[in-house]
Amino acid sequence: MSTTTTRPRGTASAVRPRRSWPNGSRRRPNLLAGAGSLLWLAVVGVPLYALLVATFQRSENYTSEGPLAPPSDPTLDNYATAIENGLLGFVLNTAVVTLAVVAIVVALSATAGYAVVRSRTRWTHGVFRAFLLGLAIPSQAVIIPVYLIIVEMGLYDSLTAIVLPTAAFALPVCMLILVGSMRDISEELYEAMALDGAGSVRTFLQLVVPLSRPGLSTVAVYSALQAWNGFLFPLILTQSHDKRLITMGLFEFQGEYRVDVPGLLTAVVLSTVPLFIVYLVARRSLVAGLMGVGGK
Amino acid sequence: MRALPQNRPARSGSAPAAPAPSSPRRARSVRQVGRPGGAWALPALLYFGMFAALPMVLVAYLSLTSWGGLGSPRFVGLENWSRLAGDPVMHNAVWLSLVLTVLNWIVQTPIALLLGVWAAGPQRNRAVLSAIFFLPLLLSSAAIAIIWRAMLDPNFGPLAWLGPRLGLGSVDVLGGSTSAFAAIVFVTAWQFIPLHMLLYQGGARQIPASLYEAARIDGAGMLSSFWHITLPQLRHTITTSSVLMVVGSLTYFDTVLILTGGGPGTDTTIVPFLMYRAGFRSWELGYASAIAFTLVVVATVIALLLVRFTGFGTMRSTREGM
Repeated sequence: MSTTTTRPRGTASAVRPRRSWPNGSRRRPNLLAGAGSLLWLAVVGVPLYALLVATFQRSENYTSEGPLAPPSDPTLDNYATAIENGLLGFVLNTAVVTLAVVAIVVALSATAGYAVVRSRTRWTHGVFRAFLLGLAIPSQAVIIPVYLIIVEMGLYDSLTAIVLPTAAFALPVCMLILVGSMRDISEELYEAMALDGAGSVRTFLQLVVPLSRPGLSTVAVYSALQAWNGFLFPLILTQSHDKRLITMGLFEFQGEYRVDVPGLLTAVVLSTVPLFIVYLVARRSLVAGLMGVGGK
Repeated sequence: MRALPQNRPARSGSAPAAPAPSSPRRARSVRQVGRPGGAWALPALLYFGMFAALPMVLVAYLSLTSWGGLGSPRFVGLENWSRLAGDPVMHNAVWLSLVLTVLNWIVQTPIALLLGVWAAGPQRNRAVLSAIFFLPLLLSSAAIAIIWRAMLDPNFGPLAWLGPRLGLGSVDVLGGSTSAFAAIVFVTAWQFIPLHMLLYQGGARQIPASLYEAARIDGAGMLSSFWHITLPQLRHTITTSSVLMVVGSLTYFDTVLILTGGGPGTDTTIVPFLMYRAGFRSWELGYASAIAFTLVVVATVIALLLVRFTGFGTMRSTREGM
């Protein structure tokens, strides 16, 4: 009996083609592709280099020295000015919103994902379908009713107003990621938990959560990105200066700093530092999370 | 979505095998223990319903009202819709959105595909370059639009330095209607090609090397292998990536707002931006809802096609390749 359960699995994985690049599979270096990749390196790299160089440039020298030359008189003044102008306050607001969004999304998608994968209740499949349909709904399309709902709830111009819809619109992708990773938990483990007399709460906490950790971290990173880089909800649902998130702060800077391009670009660079740190620390989860962003 | 009906029977089919030695009744009870009830999905469902599903219904109703943001919406029937049907700005916006979507696809797909296939290969400098190519993904759409707005500023940006040196004088890219539109195509390509490159990289890594070896033995060259193996093998990835690009084209609102403000005139006013302008600049929220509902319908059709034809199973396997 036990062989019937293991054999199909064994043959399946044996038949499934494994990816491997034997040394000889591509003998010649592909010059054309190499040249193309260097061209793209220029398209991506030159603006990013110009961005970085500009932040150390004095704005009065910017148009005369040119965007690519290293500053003759480098300075950190731009960074000091950006911080004086309240950039850190925007970062703090954004951090609060991001944490709240991640907490809501992780809690809701984990419990719902568990139900979709394991529940015998018929309508949970309908739930999953409903979430999948939500995948392609752009937040712009429903911003007006969301605005109405937030105003009716008396939450207009608060950080909560940004958190609630941001988390809701992150849910479909997160459900997709989590259901995928929870499906990989084997039936035998669930049965072992059941034989042990574990109820659904214990199974969830001791089996499902630990074993879907990669999925959960992807979900956390994805929803954090949505919150950190979100623009529309802060734009429409808040107005006062002390409720500004980082993207809106940059937008506001842009209005005030038309003439000070280095100052503006410094604010942009500073706003990206936290994500850059995440990139260095957790590249894998970030890449997976960004693949989810593609769904929006 | 396809994975759902396929996976379930396979799992539950293998389930009875394991605890078989004991009596069938006991096996069934064991399988029932620890199953979550539907209530586990309820919080997420209610929450999503409140802030995402309800608004989709509400936007349809609001499109039948006149509402200035204060007070409550007043029912006006199909007034907004007949106005929308005859609005030249809307016609232009639909046309521009269509052109933008097609141009985005034409520009982004070949570059992303070639870069992705290249990045999946074994070159030595690949890891370093891929890490650099990834960097635009760390920036928000707002940040990217702000960077390019600054870079293209005719008076205070790099163009003020570059223009005279190229003998062009003052170059106002965002001031001309064709060049402003081209700028949006370029900036969105700069922003999104890295993402699609990752998709293609994942897809290309799934292609078994044995296919290439067989082709090599048959004397196929590089181009021929690319044409007869790589492209057909990537067809699911191409579908997924194309659908994402099309849906994505409905969301370029922030890029347009920051980069061109829909201008010059209305020459870069695509549908989502027109919706924003009507709603939150002119405060004609009923009319803006009609525009928004058009977006909902288009997006839903695309979503249905997405779930129907691409099957998210392919997307999962793409991610596993990372």
